[in-house]
Amino acid sequence: MKRLIPRVITSVVGIVLIVSAFVVRPGDDGGAAWPVQAFLYVDRNFSVWFGILAVFAFILGGASLLKNHVSKVLHRRRDWPYSVVTLVSFVGVLVIGLFKLGGPPGLQGEVTDPGAWLLVVFDGLYDPLGSALYALLAFFVASAAYRAFRLRSLESSILLVSAFVVLLGRTPLGTWLSDFLPRSLGFLRIDTFSVWIMSVPNVAGQRAILIGIAVGVVALTLRILAGRGDAEGGRS
Amino acid sequence: MSNWFDLSTWNLALVLAAMGAAVWWGVRGARGGFRPAIRRIAGVEAMEEAVGRATELGRPVFYVAGTQDLDDVQTVASMGILGAVGRMTARHGCNLVMPTDRSLVLAAAREVLRESYTAVGRPDSYAPDMVSYISDDQFGFAARVDGMIAREKPAACFLQGAFFAESLLLAEAGAHAGALQVAGTATNHQLPFLVAACDHVLIGEEFFAAEAYLSGDPEKLGSLRGQDVVKNVAVLLLLGVPLVVTLAGVAGWTWAGNLRDFVLRLLQT
Repeated sequence: MKRLIPRVITSVVGIVLIVSAFVVRPGDDGGAAWPVQAFLYVDRNFSVWFGILAVFAFILGGASLLKNHVSKVLHRRRDWPYSVVTLVSFVGVLVIGLFKLGGPPGLQGEVTDPGAWLLVVFDGLYDPLGSALYALLAFFVASAAYRAFRLRSLESSILLVSAFVVLLGRTPLGTWLSDFLPRSLGFLRIDTFSVWIMSVPNVAGQRAILIGIAVGVVALTLRILAGRGDAEGGRS
Repeated sequence: MSNWFDLSTWNLALVLAAMGAAVWWGVRGARGGFRPAIRRIAGVEAMEEAVGRATELGRPVFYVAGTQDLDDVQTVASMGILGAVGRMTARHGCNLVMPTDRSLVLAAAREVLRESYTAVGRPDSYAPDMVSYISDDQFGFAARVDGMIAREKPAACFLQGAFFAESLLLAEAGAHAGALQVAGTATNHQLPFLVAACDHVLIGEEFFAAEAYLSGDPEKLGSLRGQDVVKNVAVLLLLGVPLVVTLAGVAGWTWAGNLRDFVLRLLQT
């Protein structure tokens, strides 16, 4: 029963949501038959119910976070000072947000009003830290590209040449370098060739991947609806 | 009842029914004893090797199920792969670490791992703390996981799920830690980053097929056969229809125009 009930719920809900994608959408007068209205109601509200469920589940996440870090600090496990930082940040922001410190008084006040401490935390700490981490991508792209573009095989060689042409084609240097080519050989110009790489082989590959993804999603969905997915405990 | 359904969506219903029928046909064949030959997927085969490597080195295995919630099909697919990875780590007695950024994923992952460890007869090795909640915030999560990877130096990292800008942050941290990395995603705009930074990548449909492949379950493998039939039909349509329409232009066949219109209507959303 422990496995059967989730499987039945998953299958029923899945089938109802698929069918609801095909029922008519009545106008504002809403004169549809009750089964249609029932399908539309489910279609409209399931995402809301999921949101409510996720909010309650956050208690589980918060509890897990607190338990892990408190335990780490109490037992002085490796890198425990980082856990102190996490706990102080977690509790601090929670208190600031819950009690709406610094902003207009009372529960009616917005945490985003001028003077609210939560706004200061977000603007002064959260956003700069997020931006700093995002900026690291520039360096990570370079180091990843260095490893990927090394000449190791035919595939990586093609990748290297394509990347080089595309990079060069997007700069004035690429245009200047192949400017001498006559109009009849215009397709060999680096900027034209780079556009061709992006709009023909690249798009063809992307579409092939997208078709595969669409078919894969349908097959996975059918496996889950049939109670054969691992994710909902369907493994026999 | 005829006015219950939006009849203009007949084409989508037909395509969905055809796909479903093909998958059902594959599953039915498997039930009848047919064992389809499945192409080896290097990324999937590397998973067992990665867990074995981690066991030999005495270092942990990291598993990240993307950064989306359980209402994303990629996260659901990732839970299936997690089940298989959990069985591997349980068999090898290897330490599995799974940071999550969603509470529902935390709950689901714990349940999946509990099942996996029980399935291979090692329920005592399962600990709920293997899965921990970090943060719902994209970069907060990435920063914490990068820190964990840098400190714990995992021997294997599995990045399986829906990723966005954090994909390269996570993959590069794993690469710098010297981990064998197997990524898998259907977020096609992140694929180039993962291909550049990881040792193996499950691309698109391979990611969805991985769960069936790893389970070895004949019925799931049968569904892959049905999936391939649909793909072959898609390829035939892509190649055949332009060819027929081009020939029709030369030969003056009027029926080819109708065929083209029918196929376009069939695929119209």
